Parts: sequence; C-alpha cells; structure tokens
Amino acid sequence: MEMFRSHVLICGGAGCLSTGCKAVLAQFLAELKAHSLEEEVKVVETGCIGTCDLGPVIVVYPEGVFYQKVKVDDVKEIVEEHLLKGRYVTRLLYERPVSGEQIPHYGDIDFFRRQKRIALRNVGLIDPESIEEYIAQDGYFALGKILTEYTPEQVIEELKASGLRGRGGAGFPTGLKWEFTRNAPGNPKYVVCNADEGDPGAFMDRSVLEGDPHSVIEAMAIAAYAIGAKQGYVYVRAEYPLAVERLSHAMDQARQYGMLGENILNTGFSFDLEIRVGAGAFVCGEETALIASIEGKRGEPNPKPPFPATSGLWGKPTLINNVETYANIPAIFQRGAEWFAQIGTEKSKGTKVFALAGKVRNTGLVEVPMGTTLREIIFDLGGGIPEGKKFKAAQTGGPSGGCLTEKDLDLPIDFESLKAAGSMMGSGGLIVMDEDNCMVDVARFFLEFTQDESCGKCTPCRVGTKRMLEILTRITKGEGREEDLGLLEELAENIQATALCGLGQSAPNPVLSTIKNFRDEYIAHIRDKECPAKVCRALMKYTITSELCKGCGLCARYCPEKAITGEPKKPYTIDQSLCIKCGNCLDKCPFNAIELK
Amino acid sequence: MSEPCCQITDEKYLKLDEVINQYKGKAGGLIPVLHQAQLIFGYLPKDVQIRVAEGLGIPLSEVYSVITFYSLFSLQPRGKHTIGVCLGTACYVKGAAEILQALEENLGVKVGESTEDGLFSLMQTRCIGACGLAPVLTIGEDVYGRLTPEMLPDILKRYEQ
Ligand SMILES: Cc1cc2nc3c(=O)[nH]c(=O)nc-3n(C[C@H](O)[C@H](O)[C@H](O)COP(=O)(O)O)c2cc1C
Ligand code: FES
Repeated sequence: MEMFRSHVLICGGAGCLSTGCKAVLAQFLAELKAHSLEEEVKVVETGCIGTCDLGPVIVVYPEGVFYQKVKVDDVKEIVEEHLLKGRYVTRLLYERPVSGEQIPHYGDIDFFRRQKRIALRNVGLIDPESIEEYIAQDGYFALGKILTEYTPEQVIEELKASGLRGRGGAGFPTGLKWEFTRNAPGNPKYVVCNADEGDPGAFMDRSVLEGDPHSVIEAMAIAAYAIGAKQGYVYVRAEYPLAVERLSHAMDQARQYGMLGENILNTGFSFDLEIRVGAGAFVCGEETALIASIEGKRGEPNPKPPFPATSGLWGKPTLINNVETYANIPAIFQRGAEWFAQIGTEKSKGTKVFALAGKVRNTGLVEVPMGTTLREIIFDLGGGIPEGKKFKAAQTGGPSGGCLTEKDLDLPIDFESLKAAGSMMGSGGLIVMDEDNCMVDVARFFLEFTQDESCGKCTPCRVGTKRMLEILTRITKGEGREEDLGLLEELAENIQATALCGLGQSAPNPVLSTIKNFRDEYIAHIRDKECPAKVCRALMKYTITSELCKGCGLCARYCPEKAITGEPKKPYTIDQSLCIKCGNCLDKCPFNAIELK
Repeated sequence: MSEPCCQITDEKYLKLDEVINQYKGKAGGLIPVLHQAQLIFGYLPKDVQIRVAEGLGIPLSEVYSVITFYSLFSLQPRGKHTIGVCLGTACYVKGAAEILQALEENLGVKVGESTEDGLFSLMQTRCIGACGLAPVLTIGEDVYGRLTPEMLPDILKRYEQ
C-alpha cells in the first residue's frame, strides 16, 4: 500500500450527505491537487461518524483533529493551514456546550470519549469501499482463524460463552440460536441477515452496512460455517439504496479476495451471498414475514413454532440474525469470548448502539456498554435537551416499545431492565421528547403506524388496532369520552393476547405505557378538553389579547373563515365557533396580540 | 431527457423480458423482477403485470397480490419527481406534520397525489435513517434535512425546470 502522511476522513453518512459533504470532498481533491499534495494526503469517504447534527464533519489524521460544519469555502484554509503548516483551523473545532472550551481531538470529545465501539468499530474510520482497509483493521482474520483452527461446534461454544444476544429486538441468545439451527435436521440450510430496520427512528443497521459492510459479510460466513450453510441472503429495506450499493460492492470485492464463493481461503469451505431488497412493508422485519418476502410472496407472518431454525426459507433450517448482531461477531472472535463477556451487565453482555434523535442536542449514533444509564446517554453524550426545555420522556423499542420518564433516568439499561420499566430494548431507537410533545398524540402516532403496517392477516391486529386508533384520534380531537381509557386498556389486553405475530402483540405497548406514565395528560384531553403540551390543534384556542391589539385588522383580513371581527383602532375578537385553527392570524399579527392556549 | 418517463414503448418491454429471463426458474424472483419493472416503466400497469406473470409462469392474481401488499410498488404513474416526507418517529417529534401540511398547500395536492403538470408526486415515507437531521424529506435521491416550512419553496424551485 502507498504511504500517506495524512488522511482526511470525510463522513459520508446520511446526515452529512444532506448537508453537502460530497461537494466538500470534491473541493478537497481539487485543493490537494492545486497544492500538489495528492501523493501525501489521502481523502477517504467513510460511513457515519455519528455526530449527525454537526455535519459535514471531517477528521484529519494522524492528529485526529475533528472539524465540524465544514463548508466548501473552508477547505482551502484547512489544506493551507492544517495540512501544509500544521496549524489547526480553530474556528471549525468542536466547542463544549456551556463552557465553550475548544476540543480539537476527536478522542477527547465527550460524545466519542464515553463510547465503547465494538459493532461500530470501523464505522467512520475506514473507507467502506475498500476491502484492504477492512483487512488492515484485522478484518477477515477471525474468519481465517475459524476456518483453519475451529470445528463448527467450537465456534458455537465460543459464541455461547460470549453471552451475545440478538440486537434485532428480542435479545435471544445468539449462540443458542446457532446451535438450534446446526442441530436441526434438513438440508440445505440458510443464513439470513435481517437488515430491514423497520423501527422508524433507528439507523444503526444502515450505518453498519454503509460504513463497514465487510464485518457483516465476514460474520455471515462464520455463521454459515458454524451451522453448515452454503447460501445466505441479506434482506435490506428499499429505503436504503446506498447500503445496498456499498454491500454489493463489498460482496464483489470479497469474492475477488476469496472470502466469498467457492473454496474460501483455500479451505474447501464454500459460501455465497445474495441481496434481497424489500419493498416497503414494516412487517417484513418480523422473521417469518421476512422469509415469505425472500420467497417472493406477500410478506405475511406465520405462526411460530415452527421457528425458522427448524423450518425457515423454503421450509429449510434457517438462521436469522440482525445486522448489529453480526457486526459484533468478528470482534468477538478476534478478541475472545471472555473479553466480550466482561463488558455489560450480568445478563446482557457487550454494548448496544442507540440512535439518538428527537429533542436532544447531539443527535446521532452512540455505542455504549450495556448498563449505561439513560441519563448518561441523553445528558452526557447527547448534551441534554436544547433550548432550555425540560426532559419529558424517551421512547425506546419503536412502535413495539414504550416510554421512559424522569424516574427511569438512572436505570442501568439492558434487556431486562427496560422490560421491567415497561418499555423494551428493541432495535435501539431512542427518541427524546420534551415538554412540547403531547404523549397522547405520541400514542396516536404509533398506533397510526402499526395500523397502517398491519398486514391484515389476523383480526385482532387488523380490526383491534383500528378501533384503538379511532379512540385515540377522538381523544386528540377533544371528543374523548369518560370510558375511553378503560376501553383502550381492555382492547390492548385482548390484542396482546391474541394477535398472530409480534407486530400486533406489541402494538398496544406505546398506548399502555403512555397511559401508565401520563394518565393526567389523557384525562386533561378527555375531561377538560385541554392539551397541556399544546400539540392537539383541535383543543387549542386562538384568542386576542385586548391590551396588545391595536385594531389594525390584518388578522381579520387573513382569516379564511371570517371568524375575526371588530372596528378599526379597537380590539378585535375571534368567534371560536367559526375558528378552524389555521393559525394565519397568529402568523400575521405584527403586535404579538394573538395567543394560542 | 427527451422521452417522458412513463410512456410504454416496445424497447421497455424488451428490457423487461431480459430481466424476466434472468430470474426465470429462480426461487423468489418475483419481487426483484417487479423492482426492475418499476424502474423501467415508472409504475406497474396491468399489461406489465401480465407480461411478468406469463414470463415467470405464475398466476396474474399472485403478481397483483404481491404488488398491492408492498407500499413501494405503484399501480399509478408517478410524477417526474417523487417527494417523500419522512413520517418516522424522529421526524414526527420534530414537526414532520407541519412540513407535510406546508407541502400540500404549496403543491395544491394531498399526500399520495401528483401535481397536474406531472412534475411532483407527494408521498409519505418511513424512516430513511437520517433521523439525526429530522425533519427530513427526499426528492428522488436527494435528501433535505433540518427542514422548516419556510425552506420548502426554495427547495421545490430547484426541481421546477
Ligand atoms: C413486527 C416486527 C418487526 C421486526 N423488525 C425487525 C427489524 O426491522 N430488524 C431486525 O433485525 N429484527 C426485527 N424484528 C425481530 C426479528 O423477528 C428477529 O427476531 C430478529 O431478526 C432476530 O435477529 P437477532 O436474534 O439477531 O436479534 C422484528 C420483529 C417484529 C415482531
Ligand atoms: S425518522 Fe425521519 S429519518 Fe428517521
């Protein structure tokens, strides 16, 4: 490999792409050329570095200097100052919130310093399009070691000893799943990677596929060896075209290098992969539905048992694991099960990647040891709630999960503790909400999602979620009835007990959890016809503060319903029975005389 | 581009036949074929469905049932640019509903419809994995993040030629 004195890593994750990192990259190439530095400095487009709200971000090595919000016009200065003269461009450095202290080095920034990166170990650090860079980070080392030194049984034993549990939601012990699939009668067997990432608000699987695709390929080859499979499938959702592109490029490279295909690493073991792209159906993340979809059918789930381990793809034993689960596996075999098992809590080993989004300062991806508290994630890594607002709740587990509140902030997070707190780990989406979010509307939002995604195969889910959504909608419209809470709870219990698959069984969770934690808010909607967070439009009133109103008449002119009347130079009034709550008056009033309550 | 995206020509059918041949006899080939067919034609009209069914040797009813199950497959032609407003959780929490409403007003269409000039189709999408920048929307392959309703007219203008 050629030697470069410096590397400029440019984040090519979704966040930075949308803020123009491609143009920054092109500018770097041009500036380096202009200064004849192409032979000395290498520019690398990486996967998501994790600080999505600071993009475009770049890291300059060997110093590890982190620059944020880099624009095309800043590039020249970085090249001339930093790369030529070794002086940092201080105006682009990260500043610690509150104190304003500048922190030049990537590793010293709280957001990175407090993480422990196993699944994301290479994401943001290597060029995902280069198998050489993956190999330089000890990539494919585990596969080589296993194919030459381990029996399949030994692989499974080691994995069991590591304590790794599935990161796709349920937390099933991965080693055990591999053992079941290996021991299941039937041939051929298949290995499948679930990259459907359906939880709306989670993007770690996307980052792994886009930032370190080889780690998934390597892990799937290890899995195939362990269970006795020759063919694998990666099922990627259609919303992730770049992930599909990077993965398929990586698969081609792996074939060229003899890591996929016939006779891998000359050991006589053969395995190959195919990508299948979803077509927009959340339920296809559920494993039996995913299998139906790979088979080319409607992605409807099937009752379990039989589990995929005994009867999966085309009725054959099939191993299904999630992207993040796979991404941990090469690291476990590089560093040993013991090393992995000492990270985390008693029953949940290793780390978990969380997608931090919503009302939090630093949005992005963070990987922390299991057992880290919610407070550390939201306030230390996430930098707290912006605009001085108050933390209200954190939603985990997506549409199947629930919300955590103030009282849960110091809970060490793992599979068990989240369940006990009335939520679940799920895929790791962590949406922070502040005082401006209405929890009734949040519940309605999730129900609308599951209702829309219900495949319709079983009645409790198809009809039950519809009834629940109707009730929630009428509550948010101010038409809630006294008996509605009881009705919701009863429906929820029935659906949980009788729905066919996980989608329906867990659909009521967000409703139950918000009722449990925010009962008062529901009651305010139902009884007092008030939305305390001022989200539900139907429950809000626009009024004119007579002391501030100068009687200019602008509001009346823009009111589409002629609900505002008055005489010039005297305070106007709004007829509430005509008002459609469009908000035009509030936007137009030059004197801030219109109030929304 | 000289030729409108959704006009059906023989050339497109030739391309479709190539795709069908590639997947013929392969288990689970229907969905990949439909993806390609939608790329070629822009949508999946009945004649295309019949061609796929005959080509792969499966009943037309099965092709139709698969198309209608998956939200990405479309039976109607789409506008030149498809706008997808993310209604995932992160975007919802940050006010995606307002963005959608503003777009509906700007374009004069409801979600799921296309503008009369055939320029834009307004769709809602699931999380596209750019949650850190919520609220976001996509126009074709382009992603716009940290949106406010005020930004929309400028963004739309870029696609109006
Ligand atoms: C409605 C529903 C949606 C699911 N969506 C996903 C998903 O998007 N990604 C995923 O990895 N697992 C998802 N799962 C879990 C899978 O069924 C399965 O448990 C998982 O892929 C197993 O992998 P793991 O053991 O590595 O976690 C979903 C489950 C249900 C019930
Ligand atoms: S929720 Fe909109 S991009 Fe994830």
